[in-house]
Amino acid sequence: MEYFLIFISAIFVNNVVLSQFLGICPFLGVSRKVSTASGMGVAVTFVLTVAAIVTFALQVWVLNPLGLEYLQTIAFILVIAGLVQMLEMVLKKVSPSLYQALGIFLPLITTNCCVLGVSLLVANGTYNSQGLEMSLLTGVLYAFSTALGFAVALIIFAGLRERIALANVPKAMQGMAIALVAAGLLALAFMGFSGVDRGIAAAIGL
Amino acid sequence: MNYFKTILNGIVRENPTFVLLLGMCPTLATTTSALNGFGMGVATMFVLICSNTFISLLKNLIPDGVRIPCYIVVIASFVTILQMVMQAYVPDLYKTLGIFIPLIVVNCIILGRAEAFAAKNNVLASLCDGVGIGIGFTLALTLLGVVREFFGKGSFFGMQILPESMHILVFVLAPGAFITLGYLLAIVNRVSRS
Repeated sequence: MEYFLIFISAIFVNNVVLSQFLGICPFLGVSRKVSTASGMGVAVTFVLTVAAIVTFALQVWVLNPLGLEYLQTIAFILVIAGLVQMLEMVLKKVSPSLYQALGIFLPLITTNCCVLGVSLLVANGTYNSQGLEMSLLTGVLYAFSTALGFAVALIIFAGLRERIALANVPKAMQGMAIALVAAGLLALAFMGFSGVDRGIAAAIGL
Repeated sequence: MNYFKTILNGIVRENPTFVLLLGMCPTLATTTSALNGFGMGVATMFVLICSNTFISLLKNLIPDGVRIPCYIVVIASFVTILQMVMQAYVPDLYKTLGIFIPLIVVNCIILGRAEAFAAKNNVLASLCDGVGIGIGFTLALTLLGVVREFFGKGSFFGMQILPESMHILVFVLAPGAFITLGYLLAIVNRVSRS
């Protein structure tokens, strides 16, 4: 049951974009159309989950035993950059259709701060605000749910922006300004979920 | 090359926040108060100046095909230095900014300037570009922090001005960040057009 709690709170209560401000660049950059937004969402979900597993293993089996914790930032970003490159090559060989769909998004993901950010949160154990037992499984579940939260926020926001594009916006507000205000209102809507995690925790007796 | 012009260019004409719209994550996340915004701006400026200078020095040594990974290693090294320095001398600020200090590595401003400016210009010009863009970023973050802190907590750099009954809490929460930046951007658009 505690897995359910992690799942819900990472997607809705502590949404990675709208309440933790990770991955704002793709959130604002590739949200003009719902179709590209869903492509980006799937690509991030994929990379983020794999990156969380690999960086967690790196932290526990390499950096911690050798006393190299201070190299965390450098090691993680290199691993993520390599991983993205490798995923691109593997996808190209194994599933050309998936590669066609995700191809253009993959290189962008290296500098998506949501991947490095969530990897750091998982490796440092700071994602855990509910006081649950930490393990690779909860960490990976957290990473996966966070990425789903990213995809959900991105797709909803893309839907909003498709509507805004049709509206008659004052000149000074056109473009990014109105998009940011819309994102603010979406964040306000997501704040309605706050407290849901404590309710679930109480219901399952944690 | 007029160095003063390069600095001014980074502050006004190519302001990273209001014109280029780069580095939005720390801009929105760390500006809950003016001081936090200022601290984040200075931290980013330090990395930006160092990486711009260093990459400009190395630009003839780095092979073209692997330049992006090389830039990332240079940037990540300076971020690690920054982490250690901040942990030692300003531990409170380090704790408040939290994960956004290591995330300077993936701040698009820094990689963007390395690629667009430092790789093509000489050392002194790159240094000036780092100073200019850094100041522009710091000013933007501080401005956003001042506005959010004033409306949300009724204070100015920690000095209490408005009574508690006049605080609008939403400004220091997540939605306030988006909305404040949106309206500031609209004001900048309006002013720069006239």
